[in-house]
Amino acid sequence: MKRVVITGAGTINALGHDVATTLDAMRAGRCGIGQLELRDVERLSIQIGGQVKNFAAEGHFNRQQMTLYDRFTQFTLMAAREAITQSGLEFSGELAARAGVVLGTAGGGVSTWDDNYRAVYEEGKNRVHPFVVPKLMNNAAVSHVSMAYNLKGPSFTVSTACASSNHAMAQAFQMVRAGAAPVMVSGGSESMLCFGGVKAWEGLRVMSRDACRPFSANRNGMVQGEGAGVFVFEEYEHARARGADILAEVSGFAMSSDASDIVMPSKQGAARAMAGALQDAGVNLDQVGYINAHGTGTAANDKTECAAVADVFGHHADKLMISSTKSMHGHLIGATGAVELLACIMAVRDGVIAPTIGYQEFDPECALDVVPNEAREADVDVALSNAFAFGGLNAVLALRRV
Amino acid sequence: MDVKTKVIEIIAEQAVLEPSDVTMDSTLESLGIDSLGLVESIFAIEEAFDISVPFNANAPEESDFDISSVASIVAGIEKLVAEQK
Repeated sequence: MKRVVITGAGTINALGHDVATTLDAMRAGRCGIGQLELRDVERLSIQIGGQVKNFAAEGHFNRQQMTLYDRFTQFTLMAAREAITQSGLEFSGELAARAGVVLGTAGGGVSTWDDNYRAVYEEGKNRVHPFVVPKLMNNAAVSHVSMAYNLKGPSFTVSTACASSNHAMAQAFQMVRAGAAPVMVSGGSESMLCFGGVKAWEGLRVMSRDACRPFSANRNGMVQGEGAGVFVFEEYEHARARGADILAEVSGFAMSSDASDIVMPSKQGAARAMAGALQDAGVNLDQVGYINAHGTGTAANDKTECAAVADVFGHHADKLMISSTKSMHGHLIGATGAVELLACIMAVRDGVIAPTIGYQEFDPECALDVVPNEAREADVDVALSNAFAFGGLNAVLALRRV
Repeated sequence: MDVKTKVIEIIAEQAVLEPSDVTMDSTLESLGIDSLGLVESIFAIEEAFDISVPFNANAPEESDFDISSVASIVAGIEKLVAEQK
């Protein structure tokens, strides 16, 4: 089996339009959540979110591209450009033929659906733009990345709600590890912060109206975010031979299904995914210094996740750090694991642990070191990134310092 | 139909019971209604009475809406109907 390393990272999210700005914000514990700016926001009972602000797609894409790119595709292309530029790779010949792209998204082109339903139902129009379907399809982002960078190998979209990116990256990781592809571009993207996207989440009554406070006893729900995270996964010898800068090693993963409930999380399912990732990575419990939690800020997730960590790690659970960066960038749904992997890279590469901000009150059901409110310096060999989706589908990745 | 009868009808439908099986001192738990069933019942109640119920599934105790029994739910809905009509 091959070793797999990350040689490029890119993002756009509420904390920043690139990796450096995002990591600076995580280090500073800055909150990217604020008042939503979108059409008909006054009809929403939830009016906050981790929205990407000051992003003018017009400056990055030409008019023809704009008619084809939903916002989730725009985010993907921004992040992919940063990641692939950093990697220094150019795809041609044999490399192009074998390298592919696997991305996660839960909703795909949600605002394209929203805009066009509005046109035909509310405005009574009987005609829509010819590109509605190629714009909204969940694989649009993958296809545009493959076209932009000449990636001709295995390429597809994974959709498992809030675990989409982690499942996608697990697929990409497996392909590189098995030798099926020397390089895979992976991560995920989401853009649901439009009227219909937020209204749908409102219905579930799990959203906070004021802040995302994971693990805090007074937490009152999740806050949606948007954006993308994209990475270049490369076979270790391939990266070394060309002298690439290695950000971290992807050392293992595991997936599990709760087979239990469509919305309530399961301690056993989460625990099996974490334990499986450790086993796959071949690391001992006490090597894990940091877990980027799923940490949604809902009553149910946070206590279940902490109980699962305690079950898996035993005494070591009290020594490791676990934080939820959703407190800063919100819950990016299908893209969340990708943006959160950045916090894991920062932990193993830079020795900086992103905090859980907005933490106010100790909760005995979340009695772990949740790195409250301020970033911390620590040497971390191995970090885990948790994602537990609605529907009980879990995926956990393990990163290791190189 | 009065508020109490309608609320009981909605809860009974959610619990797959006859309205006569739902008593005022029943709890949602005793009726087999889980958290998702509760959110669905509240939606049905909001639609039936055209009101908005302040309920956050994360913090039921802080929601200013008491769900501890059928009686407390009925009382809460009667108050909201009076306030919002």
